[in-house]
Amino acid sequence: MSNQAYSPNFIKRRSFIELNARERASVFFDAGTSRELLGPFDRVESPWLPMQGVTPQEDDGCVVIKGKIAGQAAVVVALEGAFQGGSIGEVSGQKMTAALDLACADNEKGILTSAVILLETGGVRLQEANLGLAAIAELMASILALRKHAPVICLTAGTVGCFGGMSLAAGLASYVVMTREARLGMNGPEVIEQENGVEEFDSSDRALIWAIHGGEQRYATGLADALVDDDTPQVAEVIRRFVSKGVPPEHRSSQVALYRNRIAKLDTSRQWDPKEFRALWTTNASNEENR
Amino acid sequence: MSEYTGVRGTVWFRAFTGHASPMIGDPNSVLTGDAPLGSDHARFLCVVPDPHARFPCARHGEVGQEEGYTLAARVREVIEHDKNTIKRPIIAIVDVKSQAYGRREETAAIFLAAAAAADAYGSARLAGHPVITLVVGHALSGAFLTHGYQANRILAFDDDGVMIHAMHKEAAARVTRRSVEELEKLAKEIVPMSYDIRDYAKLGLLYKLLHVENPEKPSPPEIRNVQDELIAAIADARTSPVDLRNRLESTAARELRKASILVRTKLEAQWLE
Repeated sequence: MSNQAYSPNFIKRRSFIELNARERASVFFDAGTSRELLGPFDRVESPWLPMQGVTPQEDDGCVVIKGKIAGQAAVVVALEGAFQGGSIGEVSGQKMTAALDLACADNEKGILTSAVILLETGGVRLQEANLGLAAIAELMASILALRKHAPVICLTAGTVGCFGGMSLAAGLASYVVMTREARLGMNGPEVIEQENGVEEFDSSDRALIWAIHGGEQRYATGLADALVDDDTPQVAEVIRRFVSKGVPPEHRSSQVALYRNRIAKLDTSRQWDPKEFRALWTTNASNEENR
Repeated sequence: MSEYTGVRGTVWFRAFTGHASPMIGDPNSVLTGDAPLGSDHARFLCVVPDPHARFPCARHGEVGQEEGYTLAARVREVIEHDKNTIKRPIIAIVDVKSQAYGRREETAAIFLAAAAAADAYGSARLAGHPVITLVVGHALSGAFLTHGYQANRILAFDDDGVMIHAMHKEAAARVTRRSVEELEKLAKEIVPMSYDIRDYAKLGLLYKLLHVENPEKPSPPEIRNVQDELIAAIADARTSPVDLRNRLESTAARELRKASILVRTKLEAQWLE
């Protein structure tokens, strides 16, 4: 501790992003309370990948850990971005949905149980296409059911980010937590460029990508509830705080009039600079408050 | 292909409601109407192309911000109205090519607009409204998650113009580094990858496949028949749980979604340990 004055804070940080899904999912729990469910030794793998010459993984890239967070029952579900880009297949999707449904059933029995979902995913796993899309629809239904009882917290830390259909799952969350390295959006820059051309979105423009989808921007525009450093103790502390906070008075995705008004006031005849957009968005918000 | 998106949606919306216009204050891309259906008065919703839409990337039948929030508002209106009374059916007529792919959309968080619509449909279902989806054309990826996939029951036409999928062929081929021909060959062997609605039906997610000779020009008896099928689906939804478990309990699902069922069985056993 004697060199504390000389080392900058980031050197003392313990990176969260560098952890794998299993390690990430483990950091939130009260000591000695957690256990993994349907782990790699259960070997429930994707039945569809081997049919296409793709090696499956024993946990299908989804880790489920149950335990206590801040003294309260909770389940953490983490997607492994390093396996198939964190994509949602039949098994990984069903692990998430089933975990949330079991948490929901516990709440109905009077055992307050929250869920934390760690999203590093590009969305549907195209090798499982329609079962992946269906899994996301069912996960969304389960988030809606659970969040009536207890908070559903989505954390996206990076570096994959959260895209495609899974961005809708994040949109339904009680709370969204991001790092500066994380991105959250429906369509990635490459897809937009492919569909509507480089004038619409230059996917090689890294600065633009982070300026639009990055954690800092999402937090500045009120679309994420917390911005955290890539520091494991800090990430864990913020997640614990949201678990303790309980269900918000109104979920973001239910505030239709607020966001519909904001969209109505935007000048859509031109592109917006992301920094300028912060002002547009907030100005609109204060107008609403004044009315 | 794209010029057809919306034709079927408009045709069927008009067949059920007698008109094809948006409600006052809504964008032209969202049709909302109330009409009798059996002994109910149902709310019908449909997204159609608006070549003059405010958002340039949402002018060909894509689901973007305006569509998402309008659907959400029109569904929530019904939830609020029926708070203390019988929950009327909500019918989503689906013919949508995709979500809107644009920079403005991403900057202004299209994911939240999509989530808001899904939230409204899902909340309606949880509140006891029979939410029934009729897929008359395309139901693709984020657009279907936004508009239709939260329904208690999903019906579709068994027709080559009907497609439910995670991504259109060309993009899916690019992303998985295959040619369109390779993808089509693979899609014939791997049921969840198939673009054929009859294969989709094997997944057990559909309540029923309906046949209409020409979905772009339905005859009055065909319309009545589809209405009867919707009425039957409403009755079935009203006597069933409000969650989506039926999608795993069908005979087809027990065959094709064995892995899903295994996950649920094992996870539940370990959860309770």
